[in-house]
Amino acid sequence: MAFISSGYNPEKPMENRITDIGPRHFEEFLPPVIKKNKGTWAYHEILEPGVLLHVADSGDKVYTVRCGAARLMTITHIREICDIADKFCGGHLRFTTRNNIEFMVTTEDEAKALKKELNGRKFSGGSYKFPVGGTGAGVTNIVHTQGWVHCHTPATDASGTVKATMDAVFEEFTSMRLPAPVRIAMACCLNMCGAVHCSDIAILGIHRKPPMIDHEHLDNMCEVPLAVAACPTGAIRPTKTEWQGKQVNTVAVKEERCMFCGNCYTMCPSMPLSDKEGDGIAIMVGGKISNRITRPAFSKVVVPFIPNEPPRWPTMTKVITQILDAYSKGARKYERLGDWANRIGWERFFEVCGLEFSHHLIDDFRDPAYYTWRQTTQFKF
Amino acid sequence: MAKHKTPLLDQLESGPWPSFVSDIKQECDSRAKNAKGVDYQIPADCPDDLLGVLEMSYVDGETHWKHGGIVGVFGYGGGVIGRYCDQPQMFPGVAHFHTVRVNQPSGLYYKTDFLRQLCDLWELRGSGLTNMHGSTGDIVLLGTTTPQLEEIFFELTHNMNNDLGGSGSNLRTPSCCLGQSRCEFACIDTQQLCYDLTNTYQDELHRPAFPYKFKFKIDGCPNGCVAAIARSDFSIIGTWRDEIRIDQKVVAAYAGGEIKPNAGAHAGRDWGKFDIQKEVVERCPSGCIRYEGGKLEINNKECVRCMHCINTMPRALRIGNDRGASILCGAKAPILDGPQMSSLLVPFIKAEEPYSEIKEVIENIWDWWMEEGKNRERLGETMKRLSFQKLLDVTNIKADARHVREPRHNPYIFWKEEEVTGGWKREIADYRKKHQK
Ligand code: HEM
Ligand code: HEM
Ligand code: SF4
Ligand code: SF4
Ligand code: SF4
Ligand code: SF4
Repeated sequence: MAFISSGYNPEKPMENRITDIGPRHFEEFLPPVIKKNKGTWAYHEILEPGVLLHVADSGDKVYTVRCGAARLMTITHIREICDIADKFCGGHLRFTTRNNIEFMVTTEDEAKALKKELNGRKFSGGSYKFPVGGTGAGVTNIVHTQGWVHCHTPATDASGTVKATMDAVFEEFTSMRLPAPVRIAMACCLNMCGAVHCSDIAILGIHRKPPMIDHEHLDNMCEVPLAVAACPTGAIRPTKTEWQGKQVNTVAVKEERCMFCGNCYTMCPSMPLSDKEGDGIAIMVGGKISNRITRPAFSKVVVPFIPNEPPRWPTMTKVITQILDAYSKGARKYERLGDWANRIGWERFFEVCGLEFSHHLIDDFRDPAYYTWRQTTQFKF
Repeated sequence: MAKHKTPLLDQLESGPWPSFVSDIKQECDSRAKNAKGVDYQIPADCPDDLLGVLEMSYVDGETHWKHGGIVGVFGYGGGVIGRYCDQPQMFPGVAHFHTVRVNQPSGLYYKTDFLRQLCDLWELRGSGLTNMHGSTGDIVLLGTTTPQLEEIFFELTHNMNNDLGGSGSNLRTPSCCLGQSRCEFACIDTQQLCYDLTNTYQDELHRPAFPYKFKFKIDGCPNGCVAAIARSDFSIIGTWRDEIRIDQKVVAAYAGGEIKPNAGAHAGRDWGKFDIQKEVVERCPSGCIRYEGGKLEINNKECVRCMHCINTMPRALRIGNDRGASILCGAKAPILDGPQMSSLLVPFIKAEEPYSEIKEVIENIWDWWMEEGKNRERLGETMKRLSFQKLLDVTNIKADARHVREPRHNPYIFWKEEEVTGGWKREIADYRKKHQK
């Protein structure tokens, strides 16, 4: 393995340097029919699950075949995607914000052929490579974060929980039989890189043990005031302690004040909190982003803790399918999951979903808590 | 032959959904074979070691990645995230495994020649593993070593005409929905606006000068396909302020069952015959639709542009012609003070090149937030701490009933001295003339 330079010269870092050029202009990548009709689309139709038709004012048509994908993908896989796009779509394709892949063609026959081709490709382990679906009133791909694959704060894995969930709800990806779209999101810690705070169903990794303190290294690795300031509940204070006969500057944690958010660890690597038994998953529901009919809403915690059960997290997938089934049975057409729960009342929601309500589900965090308690005698028995 | 035994991960190869494990394994094979004789610049077996360390996490129930160190390219404060494995002896291939964020094209359209270039680059200088795409929208290249960073950047800029994205306390890579490129609901050219803002604010994107991260996200309409309202400090959402255009002939076709409602989104179940009265009129949140004598009427003045009627009958109803955007500010995830949704700041703004009006709002906000924001405080938190009125102040926007869901509950009003006749200076002696002690 000899080092190959592309031309960068560390002696003269500024020589020929190109910076701040931004991304390539999107127009270079638009398929011709898209470029031509941009801004003049008249309407669309979903012809079958995963196949969209868009018709322009000019009468031009574009057929889109959408398929799912694991967000974590290799270059071998991307090259295969490119081969398909070269064969069918003149080398054009796009990704969606929810990690689906879209191939666009201009005739229905090509779309049918494409769908067949995509559904025909499988990994050696047996799973689909490019399952077609993810449109309309169904479940589409999951936006998620890094998990044990690549991040330092996760309380669970992301790719694995997502694979397990999508396997469990696969039928809802390839059909459109739910009352409205159901967006599932996954984030592996409270930082919520995956914006699970506004999804119909959210899988969230949570910790349950306060940070450990590595007194040996803390003063060298961390700015004590930053660690103290990082704590939203004021659980951390600076202190001195004896370590191997030496006085060291360090911090102390008032453990009953800790809500396990991991902020301190982010600011100070000497305060890790991950733990096999302590970590697990919370399930949140009822969030939405669109303004359709009702306004956007936050997701609410309905299951405070499910242990990590790798590789397939069976309790988690069971809870998710229970919620999805109850929603599918009970909701009206166009009614999003949270709107359904609001209509029937959350006390009823727990009943029909077969979930237990516990004191963990009553908010106790500052102002937001008050807005979620009940201030009326209107409730259901 | 697999380098590490991965009995737990292997169970994720079955089931219909695309298996990332199977995919990584095919990358392991490809690198082991090295059919093209690539002179790999980072260990060829890094995907094997990634599976190894992940399997270990599956057994331990804990991550094995260390807190990132600071790495990056010369002159940039963002774009690369340092990552080191905490078991480097066991998994030397991923001992150093940094992430590179590459600025994605607006709307996520690609030509295969660009993607192939990216693959070649990441085969030579990286692990061959990617995220298409990260939650913010960047192309994420997972796993390389420090000496490769400048070379990757050189290749990206010189040969691919593309830049890094943002990370750290700076502007994050802006992102948008596909907008007018393929959606009839798009009220603005989300892609061009996103591209323009990205390029205008390259300095803010690459050189951290903010209290914390700052995100632009742009949705073409209130359906919110990139989640601007929930995920961005500065959310731009397309809208219109005139009338929804109605084609009565097509309304009749929907009523008569000739066209499937909601573009066919509910085709998987028999929901019965489409009923305009029940499914559209009665669901309009502002009750401003009437359907009588086969004619659909909308009282547009009362419409809140929720999109429901348009989504339900996309061939009969179309967005208005007087188009622009609403600007909302301050969304964030729960850290530190609980989640926040973006709050409406500008009800309507034209979104036309060169977007000077929008940029003025942005820059006024930045000036204020950079001055007043505390370390690691998102805009939403600064707004909460210093008040929405302060935000109106710094952006020269006049208060408006549209800014609130309802007026305040408490009358603890912070009147300013200049708002009160005669000011605040008074003499106690004068007071005592009229009031005994
Ligand atoms: C290797 C570690 C990490 C990775 C790969 C990662 C990745 C991401 C990605 C891709 C996003 C989407 C948007 C963006 O920020 O550009 C995100 C969002 C976010 N990240 Fe991270 N992140 C990591 C570490 C962290 C850390 C250490 C923190 C906090 C200290 C953090 C806090 C957040 C928050 C609060 C969001 C925003 C969610 C929102 O408001 O929409 N992340 N992260
Ligand atoms: C022609 C293109 C598209 C049309 C006409 C369209 C239409 C819609 C509609 C009608 C909604 C509102 C759903 C509801 O609340 O009932 C919606 C929301 C959404 N769409 Fe799209 N969409 C399009 C493209 C996409 C694409 C390509 C994606 C990414 C896979 C996407 C992701 C989303 C997301 C994330 C939401 C927000 C849902 C929520 O409230 O949480 N959309 N879209
Ligand atoms: S959600 Fe938390 S654990 Fe997951 S990638 Fe983001 S910071 Fe890391
Ligand atoms: S985990 Fe959060 S609440 Fe607990 S000590 Fe750390 S910063 Fe404070
Ligand atoms: S946000 Fe609106 S304009 Fe953008 S893709 Fe979604 S429906 Fe279309
Ligand atoms: S867009 Fe929404 S508020 Fe406006 S008329 Fe249609 S359903 Fe009613």
